[in-house]
Amino acid sequence: MEELRAKAKELLAAGTVKVVVGYGEGSDKYRARAVFVRKAEQADKLICDARCQQNLAVYLTRSEVKAMGKPAVVARPPAMRTLLQLAAERQLAPGDVVVLGISADGKLLDLPDFKAIESYVATVPMDWESNPELARLEAMSSEERWAYWKEQFSHCIKCYACRSSCPLCYCSRCTVECNQPQWIFAAPHTLGNLEWHVMRAMHLAGRCIDCGSCSDACPVGIPLNLLTQMLAREVKSDFDQVAGLSADSEYALSSFKPDDKEDFIR
Amino acid sequence: MSEFEPKITAFVCNWCTYAGADLTGTSRIKYATNVRAIRLPCTGRIDFMLVLKAFAQGADGVIISGCHPGDCHYTAGNYHARRRWVLFRSLLGFVGVDTRRIKFAWVSAAEGAKWADLVNETVAEIRQLGPFKQYQELLALRHQPIEVA
Amino acid sequence: MMETRILKKQALGTLLERIRGGGFRVLAPSKNDGHVVFKEVATLADVDCEAIQTTLSPKAAVFPRCEELVNYTFTAKNVRIEDHEFQATPTVLFGVRPCDARSLAILNSVFAWDVKDVFFQKRLEATTVIGMSCTKADDYCFCTSVGGSPGDTSGSDLSLTLLGCGDYLAEIVTEKGRRIVSLAEDLFGPAGKVNKEELLPKIPAKFDVKELTGKLPDMFTRNEIWAEQAMRCIGCSTCAFVCPCCACFDIQDEASRQGGTRLRCWDSCGHGQFTLHASGHNPRHSQGDRWRQRIMHKFSYFPDRLGYIACVGCGRCSRSCPADMNLLEHLESLVEAK
Repeated sequence: MEELRAKAKELLAAGTVKVVVGYGEGSDKYRARAVFVRKAEQADKLICDARCQQNLAVYLTRSEVKAMGKPAVVARPPAMRTLLQLAAERQLAPGDVVVLGISADGKLLDLPDFKAIESYVATVPMDWESNPELARLEAMSSEERWAYWKEQFSHCIKCYACRSSCPLCYCSRCTVECNQPQWIFAAPHTLGNLEWHVMRAMHLAGRCIDCGSCSDACPVGIPLNLLTQMLAREVKSDFDQVAGLSADSEYALSSFKPDDKEDFIR
Repeated sequence: MSEFEPKITAFVCNWCTYAGADLTGTSRIKYATNVRAIRLPCTGRIDFMLVLKAFAQGADGVIISGCHPGDCHYTAGNYHARRRWVLFRSLLGFVGVDTRRIKFAWVSAAEGAKWADLVNETVAEIRQLGPFKQYQELLALRHQPIEVA
Repeated sequence: MMETRILKKQALGTLLERIRGGGFRVLAPSKNDGHVVFKEVATLADVDCEAIQTTLSPKAAVFPRCEELVNYTFTAKNVRIEDHEFQATPTVLFGVRPCDARSLAILNSVFAWDVKDVFFQKRLEATTVIGMSCTKADDYCFCTSVGGSPGDTSGSDLSLTLLGCGDYLAEIVTEKGRRIVSLAEDLFGPAGKVNKEELLPKIPAKFDVKELTGKLPDMFTRNEIWAEQAMRCIGCSTCAFVCPCCACFDIQDEASRQGGTRLRCWDSCGHGQFTLHASGHNPRHSQGDRWRQRIMHKFSYFPDRLGYIACVGCGRCSRSCPADMNLLEHLESLVEAK
């Protein structure tokens, strides 16, 4: 924590960055919140503990934050993967952001460039390698899974907190809001909700870096990260690609191999 | 008692499967009439949302067919489509949708007979499976007022 | 002087049975996968009596998340509207906190304003509110700062307050409340003198709402304040949707060549496209502008035009906000702003 504050102070005092996007004390002892420190003396607001899980990279594509000037961002491994993926999608150029990396065990990391981030994230295992909830669902029959997701989607209120909290959902005009044509139902009935979550998962397939922000943000507790996580694992097993490990990776759905597996096509 | 006749929507590419289906006709091969074919330039253009739309419009099954890998008129469209289907199929299966409702095939412009077989088999299988209750039940519920959380 | 009775602890379950027997659907706070929400309950066992507050408010009972307004068919040269008489389901909202009970009048002021919204009105008419006074509060609650209180009966038809012995003080507030009692007269005994105030949690007001509403009109142009407050807001609709007072809606047409259905669904001013014009111009193009709208609407325009603060201090927005915006903190900060 002290190291982080000192580093932030240094960056702000030297004018290297105009804002440090980090974590500060939240509404109660269980919560942390995003803070935007612009003066070196305010760097003491920064905290870094187990409460600090929100993926702060979501703020880097917002115009209000971009307008402040070059940022530094406090990044845990999921946020680090986000930065690499944003770079791969040409949303971030090298040098656009200073990364205040926080290792999986809470230490401040010196990550001067994308290469350094790539080296670090390669050492952090992905959650989908061992998520018991994913395994539990896959062990169900197709009917049981349908009943499960139908129930979950019936609670969705279409607040779009999942989309808003996702750093990779940065489209200025989301497909669901296009009404010429209306691709999927926009109303918050179960079918509309199912179509929305299927659409979002597909638009994130090969891009989602599995930070879990979507699930954390959902006010009614739908485990949305299971959808994106399942697909992230499929992309790995079917195409041997993983998002967020390199600033130069290819998007799985705009690349191909002539011998990509196909056991269901007649 | 009338038997259930499935409604099938087929998304096919212009250069291979649509031409192949034409050949089926000119060859005077009779086949099931349950399919509405939608012609697109290439399977690469088939958005997964079109499939959802077909189901939302009452389709009981969907066929997606295009050029064989390596033969795409636009070189690589079907390779991109293939990847998309692998993931879309996994996702639908994961949320519990019966993926037997969507059939994928490579049918070339010369495979008139294959098209007829594909359609006949699909129609027979979907007839067995019955109407697509999962989607249709949710479609019917769409306009019920949602007065609880 | 409001008529009071005592409802014995063990009679509460029977009361619910009698209500259901009387033809009412009962919606009450109930556990759902880690969250407590208002849903249909069959017995008292389904009701969560402990939760300080539910995640979503009971507003869906009168203002559904999604509802059909009209059905239409396309004829050769015209459109035929299917006009069917809308029937509301007789409903009892049970276990409604005083803040939520107050919110119904606030919603009604919008839906009975220039156009009497028949869907809302019929549902409100068909709804009976059994309020449940609060026994505890958390730091997110601020009902007393906006004119409410943990034992307020306004908006309830029958108000229950838990006594130390486990029985309930029942206050019959309206005729609808009396009708509920008449379904189960045998369950209600006479009440002696009860000091209700003693039973309620003490919630000091956190800020002066009059001072806030007085200051706000001149703060409209203070863009730097709004931008600063909204910095961490991610622009979703969580706050608007969990709020018992928010009434913005979107109209969705689901149609085919044959005809279609016009639906009304919840919407929120927090979204970037809420005020996007067809020309491409957006008068509220920054999150700061949209946050300003939220505050000004609830604490300035609404009281000005309709006579209510459009906030009952239930705290839901702050509990559910994914970015931890915390409305109360922002309101306090606005009162303190120079």
